[in-house]
Amino acid sequence: MSAVLEVADLAVRFRTTRGTVNAVDGLSFAIGEGETVALVGESGSGKSTAALALLRLIADPPGRIAAGRILFEGRDILALREEELREVRGGRIAMIFQDPMMALNPVYTIERQIGEVLALHAGMGREARAKEVVELLRLVGVPAPAERAKQYPHNLSGGMRQRVMIAMALACKPKLLIADEPTTALDVTVQAQVLDLIQSLKDRFGMAVLLITHDLGVVAETAHRVIVMYAGRKVEEGTTAQIFKDPRHPYTQGLLEAAKWEEVEGAMLREIPGAVPSPFDMPKGCAFSPRCGAALPRCRESVPPLVEVAPGRPVACFVAQERAS
Amino acid sequence: MRGGTVRFVLRRLAQLVPVVLAIAALNFALAKLAPGDAADILAGQMGHATLEFTEQLRREFGLDLPILEQFLAYMGRTARLDLGISLIQQQPVAELIADRLPATLLLMVTALVLAIATGVALGVAAARRQGTWVDNLISVSALLVYATPAFWLGLMLIVFFSIRLDLLPSGGMMRIGVAQTALGQVLDVARHLILPAATLGLFYAAVYARLMRASMLEVYGLDFITTARAKGLSEGTIAWTHALRNALLPVVTLAGMQVGHLLGGSVLIETVFGWPGLGRLVFDALVQRDLNLLLGILFVSSIVVVLVNLAVDLVYGFLDPRITHK
Repeated sequence: MSAVLEVADLAVRFRTTRGTVNAVDGLSFAIGEGETVALVGESGSGKSTAALALLRLIADPPGRIAAGRILFEGRDILALREEELREVRGGRIAMIFQDPMMALNPVYTIERQIGEVLALHAGMGREARAKEVVELLRLVGVPAPAERAKQYPHNLSGGMRQRVMIAMALACKPKLLIADEPTTALDVTVQAQVLDLIQSLKDRFGMAVLLITHDLGVVAETAHRVIVMYAGRKVEEGTTAQIFKDPRHPYTQGLLEAAKWEEVEGAMLREIPGAVPSPFDMPKGCAFSPRCGAALPRCRESVPPLVEVAPGRPVACFVAQERAS
Repeated sequence: MRGGTVRFVLRRLAQLVPVVLAIAALNFALAKLAPGDAADILAGQMGHATLEFTEQLRREFGLDLPILEQFLAYMGRTARLDLGISLIQQQPVAELIADRLPATLLLMVTALVLAIATGVALGVAAARRQGTWVDNLISVSALLVYATPAFWLGLMLIVFFSIRLDLLPSGGMMRIGVAQTALGQVLDVARHLILPAATLGLFYAAVYARLMRASMLEVYGLDFITTARAKGLSEGTIAWTHALRNALLPVVTLAGMQVGHLLGGSVLIETVFGWPGLGRLVFDALVQRDLNLLLGILFVSSIVVVLVNLAVDLVYGFLDPRITHK
């Protein structure tokens, strides 16, 4: 499988009044054509920042892509000129966001907002746009698409708005869809519908999908491969089956344990003790060590590098690495 | 939708009647609080008036009646839109105002349009370059203009543009007998309008620039701006379409609220530039205790202000589809 996207050593820094923060540090991964890769982690793990960085959408200031390379279809995103970058944005790589209530402009009609993408990337005229918008809305399962197109975001429910966002993202048949927590803000019943929709459209158009989520249920249903992030770094990677059946990093194990309680009736809520460390006060050594039950003295001294404990299974954990060797 | 808007306007207009009458009552009380009346002033002007003559004048003007009776008579007239006769000038107040109001409205509207256009443009420019020298220059200039008294600014503009450069007329509204054609007349008035409108508008332009900048920065932090960038739109398109329309609401609100303020400011500016509007009339009415004239001007001003506020509410609905007029 050839890679659509290759990210190498990506680092994103934020300058704040309290100092510089490494929101993403040394992140590398690849996404193959038509593949769905999930980026998983708690709030503050840097997964959304990483996603925004892929399209250079980090607000500068205060943020900055400090290092790394982002190769998309062989072109380095970080080296593109403004106009070239704008062709990729919305044209070759599309993005949908967590909160469809906020992600649509409240003062313009649905038709206008989807039509904008068609005008910009496909050069469509007014009438062609109007027709295509209705087609796209029908495709994503919006009932009465012709009427909906003339309406404003506030006339639509959350689920419908997320469908509109998806229609907007698909307007130019992108090669890669970045979905940042696409179901988090939606009702549980609507979540499954939206995931199914993304899944079916992905197959239909042969898109690759980068799915950013903290919901392991979503991951199990949709992703081929999983990247687990903690405090701005990748700590583990594997196929979905590998991660779920044989998690190696204590953090991944904790995440899965915490997710399990939903399935067992009457079980106590399991959680990982402690919280993600403040970016201003990173512990020495492994960032997870203060919360880790298995931590060794050396975990508190130096940062464990990513080492393959099995083919295609990089893990950044001394304990896991020792067990494997 | 459209039928709803018409009903909204009609209902709002009906609601304005008690508001305007309440303002009229307040105006009456305020005017009566000032010491002295028109009879004193007129008698004083004559130099050798007797007390009897003053009393006679007072009877003629109806100023000798108990205050409640005066008030009821005034409210009765006002409710019938009868503004009465000027005590001093002995002409119908409505005519005096009708002569002067267009000039004041022209000055006000021009200043307001100028202020909003300049303020919005500068505010957007500053917000797009937040933290750069452009932003700093605009913000500091706005503060400077904001802190400058308008009458002084007007005098300085006259000194510079009229006296030094001899580019623009220093006062008045037109040069008699110069313009032969209608277009020539319009251009002549426009030339006379530039300095007073700029003087009056600059203060507001500074206010709107600062407000617009803050409002734009707030909108820039919202998710749909990131969506717009992710679509591949240019920064220009994002600023002038997606951000601008969302950021305009606070400016429109403030502009609506400031119309009364603007009317007051134009009175002062008219005096500096000899602009033949309501300004001179207000001044005379105040000094001469011309109760009818003063109350008439205040009444018409209050109608202008409430109508502009109604217009602002209609603009809201146009800018933001979430606001419906029910």
